[in-house]
Amino acid sequence: MQGVDITILLAGIVAGAAPILLATLGETITEKAGIINLSLDGTIILSAMAAFAAAVTTGSLLAGFAAGAAVGASIAAAVALFSLRLGLSQVAVGFVLTLMTKDLAYFLGTSYARMEGPLAGPMPVPVLSKIPFLGPVLFSHSLPVTFSMVMILASWWYLYRTPSGLKIRCVGENPDGAYARGIDPDRVQLFYAVAGGLLVGVAGAAFSLCVKPGWGQPQGCEGSGWIALALVIFGGWHPVKAAVGAYLFSFLQVMSIYLQAWWPDVPAQVFQVAPFPLMIFILVLISVAQRETVMRAARNHPALRAIIQTLSGKAPAALGRQKKGTG
Amino acid sequence: MNVELIDIHKHFGSVRANSGIDLKILPGTIHGILGENGAGKSTLMKVLAGFIPKTRGTILLDGSEVGYSSPEGALRHGIGMLYQDPLDFPPLSVLENFMAGQVRGATMGTEVHRARLLELCTGLGFKLDPDVPAGRLTVGERQQLELARLLSSGARVLILDEPTTGISGLQKEVLFSALKSIARGGRSIVLVSHKLEDIEALCDEITVLREGIVTGTMERPFSTQALLSMMFGSEPSPAIRSGHEPGAQALYLDNVSAPGGRAGLAECTVHVSRGEVIGLAGLEGSGQEVFLRIAAGLIRPHRGRVHVGRRDMTGRGYHAFQSLGVAFQPASRLEEGLIRGLTVTEHCALGEGGGQFMVQWDTAEQDARDKIRKFQVAGTPDSPVESLSGGNQQRLLLAFLPEEPELLLLENPTRGLDLESVHWVWDHLDAHASRGAAIVFSSSELDEILMVADRVLVFFDGHIIKDERPEDTDALALGRAIAGKM
Repeated sequence: MQGVDITILLAGIVAGAAPILLATLGETITEKAGIINLSLDGTIILSAMAAFAAAVTTGSLLAGFAAGAAVGASIAAAVALFSLRLGLSQVAVGFVLTLMTKDLAYFLGTSYARMEGPLAGPMPVPVLSKIPFLGPVLFSHSLPVTFSMVMILASWWYLYRTPSGLKIRCVGENPDGAYARGIDPDRVQLFYAVAGGLLVGVAGAAFSLCVKPGWGQPQGCEGSGWIALALVIFGGWHPVKAAVGAYLFSFLQVMSIYLQAWWPDVPAQVFQVAPFPLMIFILVLISVAQRETVMRAARNHPALRAIIQTLSGKAPAALGRQKKGTG
Repeated sequence: MNVELIDIHKHFGSVRANSGIDLKILPGTIHGILGENGAGKSTLMKVLAGFIPKTRGTILLDGSEVGYSSPEGALRHGIGMLYQDPLDFPPLSVLENFMAGQVRGATMGTEVHRARLLELCTGLGFKLDPDVPAGRLTVGERQQLELARLLSSGARVLILDEPTTGISGLQKEVLFSALKSIARGGRSIVLVSHKLEDIEALCDEITVLREGIVTGTMERPFSTQALLSMMFGSEPSPAIRSGHEPGAQALYLDNVSAPGGRAGLAECTVHVSRGEVIGLAGLEGSGQEVFLRIAAGLIRPHRGRVHVGRRDMTGRGYHAFQSLGVAFQPASRLEEGLIRGLTVTEHCALGEGGGQFMVQWDTAEQDARDKIRKFQVAGTPDSPVESLSGGNQQRLLLAFLPEEPELLLLENPTRGLDLESVHWVWDHLDAHASRGAAIVFSSSELDEILMVADRVLVFFDGHIIKDERPEDTDALALGRAIAGKM
């Protein structure tokens, strides 16, 4: 690995993963509550545009992030409300919104294309950034990147260590059961669809104001929403495992840049596209590993068995389910 | 607490599930609600538990009228219900299931709740591990968990809807003694069931429902005769084992092992002859479901041979088995047996298959009409299957069995059916057996097995530990074998 500084490589992976990580965590929370928000790809593009436009207009990065979050939250609210109030399919609404928001972003954002805009620069964490190796890798990033790392632990803690998190998991698993226990499933689903959407919106803003600064067509974040949706499954609806997936994807993307430099003869498109099929390949490996025959073969290898069991994860049973009347 | 229901009506569209029901439940008693499927028992109880709103009527608690409209409201008044389909969260741990709905605010208080759960379990004689996922519990254990949760939430009136369906005899004993001790403590228990024995064994007072109205009440001592006539209007005739002569070999499993279910199946060797009716007993998931699926070609064993008739069918698929006259009927009617969302006619059209390009709707509808008449299904050709009641879904599944099967594999064929339907089902199956078909069925009801089977196989932990004729054994001995005690 000549010419690779491992610190820079790792720091690059951490920084590059931030937006996808935020979107993945947001969608994990939403799906844990039983709502599937398929509009992620469009949401990210529209919120990237809105964030950039707001930041350019007001000159405030904070306003930019707020605008991105607001866009993400409103689209998620639309998906949830169409399902909860009108009984429409979340999948259909999500798809339509994906297409609509993407076109809307390019249409509304034309005047902002290729403009000079504010950029969230590095903001090292005091003290921690001085630690050798770990400092530059983890604690010398811009605020959105640091925020994305904090959110991994925060969302895990919220889901698994607080009464509200228990509520989310109950509703996503069995809304009737939650109702019988005095929880209002509709309210929980709406609330956490919006909360998840908020994070997806911040992810969009993190693209246009930090990781891939600027606005244009294409912006460079296209497709990342679909990857985030896949990573939720990859992570077995668990925020920490999903985060591992996000970093893995970021690693593949960063590696493609290095590989391109090492093998200049291979067309650049190969390396740009490579992370996507590789991600699918890893998903295939995981699902194959969970087959009964493999599990049996792994019986005498506790370590292997433990790995497979960690990788497995089931979707919330009521995910995307149409609301049905209780009477 | 005194509970009084006055003139309760509940209509679903044009269907009148409850029409004018009066009911009085005294504190410290166990009150039985008896009735066949569709009598309106569950509906009445869901109204009392606040799960569904009543159309009209009055609920009095200790003499004063209450008007709650949610399970939470009912529980605040001290009324808690254990639903027939457990409303719990299988991937969450036992402790998390226990805490769900009980914890509010910012902190979990996990350790406090753990202690509380263990204390309640010890008091009631339950053995639950707080840290395993609830999905790994048996139906009986999930009920125990729910009971503990309801008590912890402050329920003073406990409603149990068909709690003895799908649990073992041993678990039933644990449940009954727990219920008795709860009632002794001054709480009231409402036990809903279509099983006369259970109700008679446990209750102090019984109210019988039929077609949405109360047809009678009775206090101890009970008269079975009188209860039956209140339930059915007239007493159903019992089915009798026919004792067909066993013929040639229909199925032979030779030292078969396979994974699946809770325990898998280990080193199982069984001969089944034509005309034989074989009952599989055992706790849910002890290997019966794997046995049936191996015999149907749905699971391939990883050791041993499977013969159907005289042919070695090891490793062949379900369709190859089907062509030899093997028919399999799973326990979960709407998940594996029927297709949710399709009507009876559409099921008939599917079954026809045929090489035609267009669906022959006339033929399919005629077929549906014939089946509905012949199998006395309460429905129309255009009814979506999920709109039928459990009993009618079961009749429909029977209607879709091949005309002349050689080997019938039935998983809990009468689960959740009332006595009359059970008899109807077995009369129908018996006709197949007299023609020479072998029938292998699993059931959680020992009485049913003893009533109709020519041979009983008892499964425990993936092994067949008993293979006997019913006349050589009795419910007690079988019950012990099911629990693993020989």
